[in-house]
Order: sequence, then C-alpha cells, then structure tokens
Amino acid sequence: MSWEPVIGIEVHVELMTASKMFCGCAVDFGGAPNTRVCPTCLGLPGALPVPNRTAIESIMAIGLALGCSVSERSVFHRKNYFYADLPKNYQISQFDIPVCSDGHLDIGVDGETRRIGIERAHMEEDTGKSTHLGSGGRIQAAEGTLLDFNRSGVPLVEIVSRPDIRSATEARVYAQELRAVVAELGVSDVRLEEGSIRFDANVSIRPDGEEAYGTKVEVKNMNSFRSLERAVDHEIRRQIELVESGGLVVQETRHWDEEAGVTHSLRVKEGSSDYRYFTEPDLVPMVMSPEWVAQIGDRLPELPAERRARYQSQGLEPGAAGSLSNLDDRLRVIYDEAVELGAPPRAVANWLTGEVVGWLRKSETAPDQLRLGAPDLAELVSMVDEGAVSSSAAKDVLDGVLSGEGSPREVAERRDLIQVRDTGALEAAVEQVLGANPKAVEELRAGEDKVLGFLVGQVMKATQGKADPRTVNQMIRDRVSG
Amino acid sequence: MIASSVSEAGRLLRSGETTALALLEDALDTASRTEAQLHAFLTIDSDGAREMASQADADLADGIDRGPLHGIPVALKDNMCTRGVETTAASQMLAGYIPPYDATVVARLRSGGAVITGKTNLDEFAMGSSTENSAYGTTYNPWDLSRVPGGSSGGSAAAVAAGSSLLAYGSDTGGSIRQPAALCGVVGMKPTYGTVSRYGLIAFASSLDQIGPFARTVEDSALALSSIWGHDPLDSTSYPGPYPDPTAALDRGVDGLRVGVVTELSGEGFEPAVEAATADMVARLEKGGVEVSEVSLPTFDIALSAYYLIAPAEASSNLARFDGIRYGLRVDGSTTEELMARTRAEGFGPEVTRRILLGTYSLSAGYYDAFYGQAQRVRAAIQEDFARAYAEVDVLVSPTSPTVAFEAGARVADPLAMYLSDICNIPANMAGHPAISVPVGLDDAGLPIGFQVMAPALGEEVMYQVAAEVERLAAFSLSPPAHGAAS
Repeated sequence: MSWEPVIGIEVHVELMTASKMFCGCAVDFGGAPNTRVCPTCLGLPGALPVPNRTAIESIMAIGLALGCSVSERSVFHRKNYFYADLPKNYQISQFDIPVCSDGHLDIGVDGETRRIGIERAHMEEDTGKSTHLGSGGRIQAAEGTLLDFNRSGVPLVEIVSRPDIRSATEARVYAQELRAVVAELGVSDVRLEEGSIRFDANVSIRPDGEEAYGTKVEVKNMNSFRSLERAVDHEIRRQIELVESGGLVVQETRHWDEEAGVTHSLRVKEGSSDYRYFTEPDLVPMVMSPEWVAQIGDRLPELPAERRARYQSQGLEPGAAGSLSNLDDRLRVIYDEAVELGAPPRAVANWLTGEVVGWLRKSETAPDQLRLGAPDLAELVSMVDEGAVSSSAAKDVLDGVLSGEGSPREVAERRDLIQVRDTGALEAAVEQVLGANPKAVEELRAGEDKVLGFLVGQVMKATQGKADPRTVNQMIRDRVSG
Repeated sequence: MIASSVSEAGRLLRSGETTALALLEDALDTASRTEAQLHAFLTIDSDGAREMASQADADLADGIDRGPLHGIPVALKDNMCTRGVETTAASQMLAGYIPPYDATVVARLRSGGAVITGKTNLDEFAMGSSTENSAYGTTYNPWDLSRVPGGSSGGSAAAVAAGSSLLAYGSDTGGSIRQPAALCGVVGMKPTYGTVSRYGLIAFASSLDQIGPFARTVEDSALALSSIWGHDPLDSTSYPGPYPDPTAALDRGVDGLRVGVVTELSGEGFEPAVEAATADMVARLEKGGVEVSEVSLPTFDIALSAYYLIAPAEASSNLARFDGIRYGLRVDGSTTEELMARTRAEGFGPEVTRRILLGTYSLSAGYYDAFYGQAQRVRAAIQEDFARAYAEVDVLVSPTSPTVAFEAGARVADPLAMYLSDICNIPANMAGHPAISVPVGLDDAGLPIGFQVMAPALGEEVMYQVAAEVERLAAFSLSPPAHGAAS
C-alpha cells in the first residue's frame, strides 16, 4: 500500500516589541535572570494585564501578509495549566475568536507552486524558562530547577497551518517561506537558535486516496530548517513502518532528538488536554476597526513572493529570483538601484548573489558595512559587457572596489586589468600567432571553427591576458577570410 | 470619638481644632479597647500610620490640602496590596507575604492624604459571608459578640462600626461590602463595575470584584468613593469616563423619583423584622414624595445559582498562581507537581478549596456549556431584567440581607445557607451596577437592619440621592454596645 503524509505546522513567533505583551518590561535577549520582571509578568497577587498595542498591530500585519481576514472583534482567553515557569498557571491566549483567520501561504517546491492554508494566527504570551540542574537538562532526574521569568509575557504569535503539507520538504519550505515573510515585516528577529521562531509539526499518514485523516502525532524540538525536514521525514517513515507492521499510531507528543536522528515519545495525550479555556475577565475584547486594519495593510512592505515575481518580470530565472530575494535588504537595494541605472538585471543579480555574497562571507563583513554603491556595480557590469575587462579580471576589480580602492574603472586601471581592444596595438601579436601556426590557419580556412579558440588563446597568452578576446576573435576571422 | 464622621473630622482638622495625629490616636485607642473581642484587624500599622498622620498635619500646616480624606484614618481589607505591609487575603497561603507595590486604590489614598491604619480581616480570599473563613480567626460583630459581622469584608465593617477606623474599604464580589455593612449597622457601597481600579486587589472573581467604602454616613461614603475612583490605565476593564458626582444630589431630596420594590427579594427566608423595616422605609419614602411601584425581576431567583458557577470558575483560575513556586507558602515535595499540590492542599482553607473544585468542574470540557456557559446566559438575562426595570423606575430597593447578624458557627456546616446570605446582593454584581446598604433600624434583639438601594450603571448620583434620604428618614444611631466609651 502507498501512504500519503498529512502535515500541519504550528509556528510560534516572538515579537520584538519594546515592551512585553501585558506589562511595561523590556523585551530583550540575554541579561541576568529575573531582571526584566514586574508584578504582572511574575503573576504577583493583584497584578493585571494591559495589552500592548504594537503587538496587536504586529499580528495584524502578519495576518494581512498571509492573506488572513482580521477579525473586527477579538477576545483573549485563559488557557489553564500548571507549570512552574508559567507564573499565573494560566496563559493569556486566544481560543474561538483569534485576531486573524483563513489565510494562505504559497510555496514553491520542485518548480511547482503549492498553496498552504493558514487556519489562524492568534496572540498570546510566552512563558518563563526552566533550567534543570544536574540532570543533563532532563526534568525527571533534576536535582533542582532554576526559573528565569525574563521571557515571561513576551508577546507570541501562534500561526497554525491547515493540514495541507504533504512532504518533509514542503514542511521545510513552508517554514522557510513563513520565516521570510515575518522577517520582511520586521516584527520579529526570527532567530531559530534563540527560539524567537519555533516550529512544531503535526504529522499523520493515510492510505493514498483516503479522505479521513490518520491519528496525528505532534513533533517538537526542531531548531533548524534541516532538523524540521529530518524530523518530519523520520516521523512519516516511523508511522508507515509502524502501521505496516500491524501497529497503531497513538496520539502523542514526540521529541526530536537531533543527534540520534529519531523522535521519542514525550507524553501521550489522553483525549485532548483540558485547558478549561474561558474568556479572560481582566481584559476587554479587542476591536480592530476596518480603518485600523486598512492602515496596517497600507504599511505592509513588499513580501518575498511579490518580490520574486517582480524579479522574474525583470527577466530573472525563478532560481535567481529566489536567491536574490533571500539576500540581505542592503544588497537588494543595490540591485534595485543598479537596475534603475540601466544595468542588466540578470548580470547584477549574478554578481550580488555570487561574488558579492562570497566576498562578504570570506571577509566576514556584515552587509551593512559593504562599500559598494549601485553605480559601482552598474559600472563594473557595463565594463565587462563592453569588454573593457575580462570576466575573470572583473572579479579582481570587484575585490578592489569592495576593499575600498576606488571605483571599478580606477581599480581596473591601477591593477592594470583593462583589456586591449585597440586593433592597431594587437596587430603584431595576431600576425605573429597566425604566422607561427600555419596548420591551424589552414584548418580554420577549411571551416574547422574549433581551432579559432586555440588561436585566440595563443594571442591572449602573447598579450599576457590583456587583449579583449572578442576583438582578437574578430581580427583573426577577418585575416583568415580576407 | 473626636469626630463622628469624615466630614466632621475634616472641618475640625481645617479649623485647627484637631490634628490627623489626634484622630489617629483616637482610632488606635478604640482599637486597643475593642480588638481583643472583635478581631477586626489582621495588621495594625501604628508606626506607618503615625508617619502618615504627621505628614498630613505638616502638609495642612503648609497649606497643602489633599482633599476630603486628608488626615482621615482609613482601614483596608487585607486583600488590597500595600507596599511594604503584609497582605495575606486571610490565607495561610500568603502568611508573611509583603507586596512590592501598592494597589491603585492604596496609591490614591496615599496621595489623597489618608492615614492607613491597618489591614482588616476577611473570609479567606474574600470567599464567605461571615468572616469565619479567615485563616487567622473570626471577626465578631460589635453589636453582639456571639454573632458574625457578615462577610467577606467583616473586618472593615466591624472596624467602622466600633469606631476603630473612621472609614474603611472592602471588596464586593457578591455582596461582600453591603451584607457586612447591613449586619454591622454601617453604610456599605459597591460602585459600578470598572469605576474603581482592581489593580492590586487580590482577585477572587475578576468580572465581579469591585472595591468600595464602609462609612458611618452616606455623605462620608460618597466622599470615600470619589477619593478612589476614576480611570486607571493599569486596569484594562477600567471605565474611561466621564464619571458622575456622587455628592451632587445628597441634599436634593427624593420628590418625584420613581422607586421600585423588588418582588423577588421578600418572602421565604426573609426575617419578619427585616421585611417590616423595609416596608416601613418604603412607606416613608412614598410619604416623602417618591412614586413607589412593585417590580418583578424573575431572573433574581436564579442569580445565586449562576453566581456560584461564574465566581468559582474565575476563582479557580485566579487562585492557580498560588503554587509555592515564587512567593507565599511552600510545602516541599519530591517533584514540582507534588510541591504545588501539597502547598495548595495545605495553604487553602476548606471553603476556598470547595470553590476551586466547583469552578474547575464548571469549566471542564463536557460540562462548560451546561454550567459556565449557561451561567453566562443567565447573567445576560439578569442584565436584561434590570434594563426593563430601569425603564420604569430610577432605583430599585430591597433588604440588604434577608436576616440580621447570625450566630457565629450557625452556618459553617451548611454552605448553602451561608450562600443565601447574599441573595439580595448578587444581582447588582452580575449586572455590574452600583448598590448601597444604609442602616435603617434594629430588630427586637438590637441588631441592625440594612436597606439596599440599587441603581443602573453609573447611576451613583441618584443612588446616593435616595440613600441620603433613607438615612435622614431612618435617623439611625450607630451605637453598638461593644463600641464602649465612644458611643
């Protein structure tokens, strides 16, 4: 039998607002434990939450970027469960009236576009962090637990996809695309390692052609896109093997073990957990007026998908458009400006995604430290185009420009990389090569074009690479046919 | 007593005939004479209070007048957080807990120059109607030391009745200010939901809780309310305004007002003396020019049941934070779960435990709709009933409590009988409306009887207007036997 995987992804995004979701404490990473806390985010008796308007605007932007409708009225609920790093022993979250619902995200996999439905995006608050002592991080054997509430109350957006994902690769691409969208909006620093964006996968399988869903398993603890793909792939195979050997998938939460490359059971869910959701009585319903929503919509930046489509309309291949779109904002601005100056889009994109990115990596330079103006890149491209420098010399020129030696032309001149295109200056070399290779000349005359390259090469050698190959090429053709 | 009301004390202070320090020492004196019997206070902060009183005197001498409560001794129910002063909610769970911040009400009292004398006793986490559920011992009624003062704000009611504080504040979730006020013969008032900040009030049921004053006179009550209410950005449910003026109509009389007598708040379970006192006051009001009609609000019969689903549900969540992890009591265990479970088992008293269990149950999957969901629908129906009634009348009146103060211990073993103490009070909480209890007389045993005036949301002006008239007509004398020399 053949099996179809059915995957849904839940994403938690920590917003980088100045203050926490329901109090005035700063949102930041690092720092001494329990220094960014107050009565509200510590759950002290009597303290009350006050919602953060910027966080609400951030989730509205996320929802609009994902094609969701923003509810005119949205309600906070309490999700009740006991956990040591959850100060109130309930999390302020949302239940039946989330801020955003019914959106989608288009992803490109193997040259095809797949539309993944977004069920909802809702607002909630983060918990504190537990550190278990003397146990290799495992709670069961811990000698003690340290609690840090700096993260408690940081605004979190949970984005829940529909079960529209059909492979581990799609799961990864979905996650990457979603991260790119959120990054573009500038509402989170989306760092996987720091947990400011976190992915959980709900995985099930069903026989091909079957409509009903199988029992789903929640897989957690993936901290890179690669581990997400591996974990989902592993979980699909585990379930298929289990079912094919006569077993049954049980509804549970499984933990991805990156080193071992396997998932193992964390807790079995008996039915659905009873979080005893009820309306948060300390907060009034949020009202998102159509005017407010429109205002947020108008402020949305160009999203990755829109940008890739624009690049393709400028003549870039889908792959190149994707690579360029993923570049740092600073590099993309150079592209836009260079194209504006009339430089050919493909060449500009190639330079940026290839040589420039390579140079940044090699020199460990941050993109915002880059000494490359759009006019420089446009000039370099046009120098290559008109043959003023060879494409290999152009890489040296770029290196010089990036090292701060001046404009491309200045660098090319200073480093003596300008190609000789003056036919008078090349005359002697061409004559000498043709004279020294009568056999090749004969073959060329007989129509064997492949010796042309050899002859051009000889001239290039004789001129120490400074000749413009296209000029030399034309000169030889003229001589031989003439 | 140097002064028998806040307004009188204010006049004496400003004319130089007395000082804040003298008013304070007078109150502390009374407390030292009565506390052994009453146990109205959990904490008396004499040193802190003397500092505040000295400051109040110094300010007045400098010409700084902070308003009607300047220099006035005030006691606070021990579920309002006071920075640096132990705040326990009368629970073992918070024994020794010292809040690092002031509740908004406390901050406003401080900036209004009030002298905070201490923290008064209550039923644990404000759950109860007799102050017998305190983990630190019962408070007794100054009118009869064998009887309860009502609850849950029994300490505040008893303190004002005994004169150990000129003014006190309590919280009212389902009658916890009005019922003890009635049983102790003082004026107790619950404001419109959202007009007094809940920031720093240890939550019982967030959608119902509201802080309000206990006073010796209706005018004092109005002054005490205007000193603490107003929009608070720290409480998202706070009403932005505009606010009515509670004192505006105190002297206006009641001629031409329409008063509705609630049919459902009479009959079975109501003591004859209470019914008689109520009917007598209604008759006097009618003579005074009001148009009296009988109004039926059928949902009042089911309000109590709905309340006992909603309030415990919210409480079960609000009290989840008391887990032994960050503050308060901790009873160790071999796992975190065990630590939490042991702490909660030991830290909460039986009534709190009962309500947490009740609330957890009513919110549980499969039961939510039949219990919590249904109760919310009843709540909406109560609001509709009120709206219909207020289309016909300006205020509604009833007894505050079906009975006078009952014997200590009488209802401890019968939670339902205890819950019925608040039957007249709960509808106003469910609707978020203001209501006040004014003492109107004594029964044959010399125990006070309270008269309740309810008004629509933000109807504090007309509510106080009627309450002032009730006070004039009743000419009640606040002189409990345990009040001793000051009576």
